[in-house]
Amino acid sequence: MTDQSRIRNFSIIAHIDHGKSTLADRLLERTGAISAREMRDQVLDTMDLERERGITIKAQTVRLDYRAADGADYVLNLIDTPGHVDFSYEVSRSLAACEGALLIVDAAQGVQAQTLANAHLAIEAGLEVIAAINKIDLPAADPEQVAGELVNILGGSPDDVLRLSAKTGEGVDTLLETLVRQVPAPPGDPDAPLRALVFDSYFDAFRGVVCYLRVVDGRLGVGDSIRFMATGETHEADEIGFLTPKAVPVGSVGPGEVAYLITGVKEIDRIKVGDTVTNARNRASQPLPGYTEPKPMVFSGVFPTDGDDYQKLREALEKLKLNDASLTWEPETSRALGFGFRVGFLGLLHMEIVRERLEREYDLDLVATAPSVAYRVGLLDGESMVIKSPQDLPEPMKRREVAEPYVRAMILTPTEYVGPIMELATNRRGVVGNMNYLSPERVELDFEIPLAEIVFDFFDVLKSKTKGYASLDYEPSEYREADLVKVDILLNAQPVDAFSAIIHRDHALEYGTKMTTRLRELIPRQLFDVPIQAAIGGRVISRETVKARRKDVTAKCYGGDITRKKKLLQKQKEGKKRMKMVGSVEVPQEAFVAALRVDDDR
Amino acid sequence: MTPESADRHADSAAAYVHIPFCSKVCPYCDFAVVAGKDDLANRYVDAVVTEIDRSEPWRPLDAVYFGGGTPSHVDPQLLGRALDALARRHGIDNDAEISLEANPEDFSAATAGRFRALGFNRVSFGAQSFDTGVLASLGRRHQGEEIAGSVWNARGVGFQRLSLDLIYGTPGESDDSWARSLTRALDLGVDHVSCYALTVEPGTALGRSVAGGAVAPDPDLQADRYELADRVLPEHGLERYEVSNWARPGQECRYNLTVWAQGEYLAFGNGANGFRNGVRYRNLRRLEAYISAVETGAGHRAGEDRILGWDAELDRLFVGLRRVVGVSHGPGTHALLAGDEGRRLSEAGVIAAGEQRLVVLRPLLTDMVHRAVLDLATPRGWAQGGAADNVSVESHA
Repeated sequence: MTDQSRIRNFSIIAHIDHGKSTLADRLLERTGAISAREMRDQVLDTMDLERERGITIKAQTVRLDYRAADGADYVLNLIDTPGHVDFSYEVSRSLAACEGALLIVDAAQGVQAQTLANAHLAIEAGLEVIAAINKIDLPAADPEQVAGELVNILGGSPDDVLRLSAKTGEGVDTLLETLVRQVPAPPGDPDAPLRALVFDSYFDAFRGVVCYLRVVDGRLGVGDSIRFMATGETHEADEIGFLTPKAVPVGSVGPGEVAYLITGVKEIDRIKVGDTVTNARNRASQPLPGYTEPKPMVFSGVFPTDGDDYQKLREALEKLKLNDASLTWEPETSRALGFGFRVGFLGLLHMEIVRERLEREYDLDLVATAPSVAYRVGLLDGESMVIKSPQDLPEPMKRREVAEPYVRAMILTPTEYVGPIMELATNRRGVVGNMNYLSPERVELDFEIPLAEIVFDFFDVLKSKTKGYASLDYEPSEYREADLVKVDILLNAQPVDAFSAIIHRDHALEYGTKMTTRLRELIPRQLFDVPIQAAIGGRVISRETVKARRKDVTAKCYGGDITRKKKLLQKQKEGKKRMKMVGSVEVPQEAFVAALRVDDDR
Repeated sequence: MTPESADRHADSAAAYVHIPFCSKVCPYCDFAVVAGKDDLANRYVDAVVTEIDRSEPWRPLDAVYFGGGTPSHVDPQLLGRALDALARRHGIDNDAEISLEANPEDFSAATAGRFRALGFNRVSFGAQSFDTGVLASLGRRHQGEEIAGSVWNARGVGFQRLSLDLIYGTPGESDDSWARSLTRALDLGVDHVSCYALTVEPGTALGRSVAGGAVAPDPDLQADRYELADRVLPEHGLERYEVSNWARPGQECRYNLTVWAQGEYLAFGNGANGFRNGVRYRNLRRLEAYISAVETGAGHRAGEDRILGWDAELDRLFVGLRRVVGVSHGPGTHALLAGDEGRRLSEAGVIAAGEQRLVVLRPLLTDMVHRAVLDLATPRGWAQGGAADNVSVESHA
């Protein structure tokens, strides 16, 4: 067991691309956890997607041995956090296992909205926050300006802010010393009954469910009979160990230590993240404060292009769920798209990542419908219901009211973009609240906005309006009633359920017009004229026509070159594979989402 | 033309000789052509003759086609050497069709006479249009009036079978201009007309300028122009026999008919495509590469595909459905008609199945039919060419 006073548990909070993974690699290298030869860039990001996008999706943890300048040996447990808004839930989980947080900010880009939100989480959790400016080697670095922003958020003096370059290694030694000095040693009574927090878990194909634990009180040894206090299940601790980052089994762990635990449980649902592990024979009386489960906020219909893949899609979702407990779904039937699932996601990035993993790792060809939110519908008979798909909205005659979820959104932006952002937010039915200046150049804008208005392309529009300088974070607030209607889209006079959307009445005409116009551009010409209509109830509000295709022939001199012509047509056929037959109309798969992407400035 | 007479060309023995030389490369052309390399013509024809001499002896040819490029741009005597080589190696039937592609500006009475004397008996003129504005935007060097002169010259030296190539749908061309080009072609009394839609090909000057924002041909306008041609030409006795070709009955181009009947044809010269002994093959496309490959005896083929089993049946449909007579029923047509896409095409009146044959009724949608054909999966019990034989070989020199 490790001397409690020599343990330092900390997380790194950073925005995407601000260098968290690079810094983690550098720490691994400095502490000898991994040799330079073994060093692959960004060891902690194990999923391919994470590597590609440069983001961390699942929290990971690593134990580092460090001999400090005072000559003493310390154990540093780095508990990684995801860097995106959708995963703030996982961030709080990680923070609950730490005494300190390292707040990393890019010297050129300054503080971003997610960093600010996560810094607030760390402060609320009572963690010691150490601020550091990374990438000071960049030509565009402005550490003084960024230090000013950090002082505005955290208080203190600009001199307390560390400066480093994870890339070159500059400042990393000072950082390690600061960690040892400022992060408190973990409290905890080694003689009290065992209490350990399950802060993460994942499914390993060979070992079953692997839990990550942070021991708070007591001791945990191999062979102990342990009890999960929330689920009430009792298991034996088959293996306990540290990740260095290689798994190193140990006999027992004590207060303050971070370890993995294998119990032989094979079903991920049986282990609840946030649960408290205690000793079955010497039980703790009170569990540790747990977490509230994250609720999916964004829903999208996911359908296999080939109806035969339905089962394969279900199995893929089940496999993904093994490592992503937040993923939920229920079967959905669409007249246009056949059998599929309405999948719930924590947010937009989560949705994008899941879709991509389904297609890439499970080799599925999918059609995804535009994302929507969960509406609360009050019916005339006094009943109420929650709908997650526009097609489930009851007839106007049957409903009394519809309420939609709002979020509290925060945007950090250079001051010059305040005007365009206010305009964007107002156009999206947002109500602007506070404005806080982080510095004369940067401002925090708070507003309340319907989630439905930001689930689709809000990020894209925000980015384009601010040249990429603004960042956004949001958290759920409350449900509010609104005058909402269902806009249907009809292709060739047949309503296409997958295109239906719930829209505020004031925006319905605009939406209908945009949809019909975009679909006219997206749907290729067919053998016959295809009318495209937008309608509310039975009333058509806008109409376009895709004229029948008249010419699709190679009417040029052939010169006997049959092979080349065949190859060309083969290539065109590949393009056609991305089409879905909706009734008698061929619709490109992308149209189900692309139709909604705005290119205007609403 | 009757289906029987069209299908008979499956048994023709044809040959294509490619002459890549041009005075100037037209902006829309993506064939294997060169300009400003006339000094290579001698060596090139030597190489073609060598290639002919090395070809496996066949039987007397009944259709020979010199295409390009601009065959009329080079000294007639050079073409004569290639013709002689063909005659030596394979023989040429007494009543064989021997076609020459020619540009109007090359066809003086004297030149016309020399070509006629070599044995050519059919000329296909690259007229393209009679409208000076359209000719200019197509980058052509002749004037509308020159076409009449060259036709006159050809007749004067005894050419009876004459064809004009026309291009429709050039941006800037008007309905009237196209109608006038058709009328003037008919007024010249030619017995064969090919009408091609201006097609934007990547890698051409036209392709680059369209990619850069220049106006592209409008497919609907091109459809209008095509429909006009297909109304006017038959009114004057020229029946359409293939997507882009119209002829007085009996004057159809025999080489063309051979290609569309899945008949075999030899091909010589750079970038030339042939079909012989069940193999579709193509020669190296770059002029110098071809010449030196032939000279050194290194391979001059760029690739070949053996067409066997189910592939051969699809290939038969692929080429045959471009013809007005369509194709006789076989496993391929049955598979097409049984599939979803085939049914949709039938319902939309794009294809029609009779008792004996399957035909394309809307030639402007032929590529749709072609894609559906290529999509037909190999039925059980059919070899898709036979594993080792179906290997497509590509080499890059």
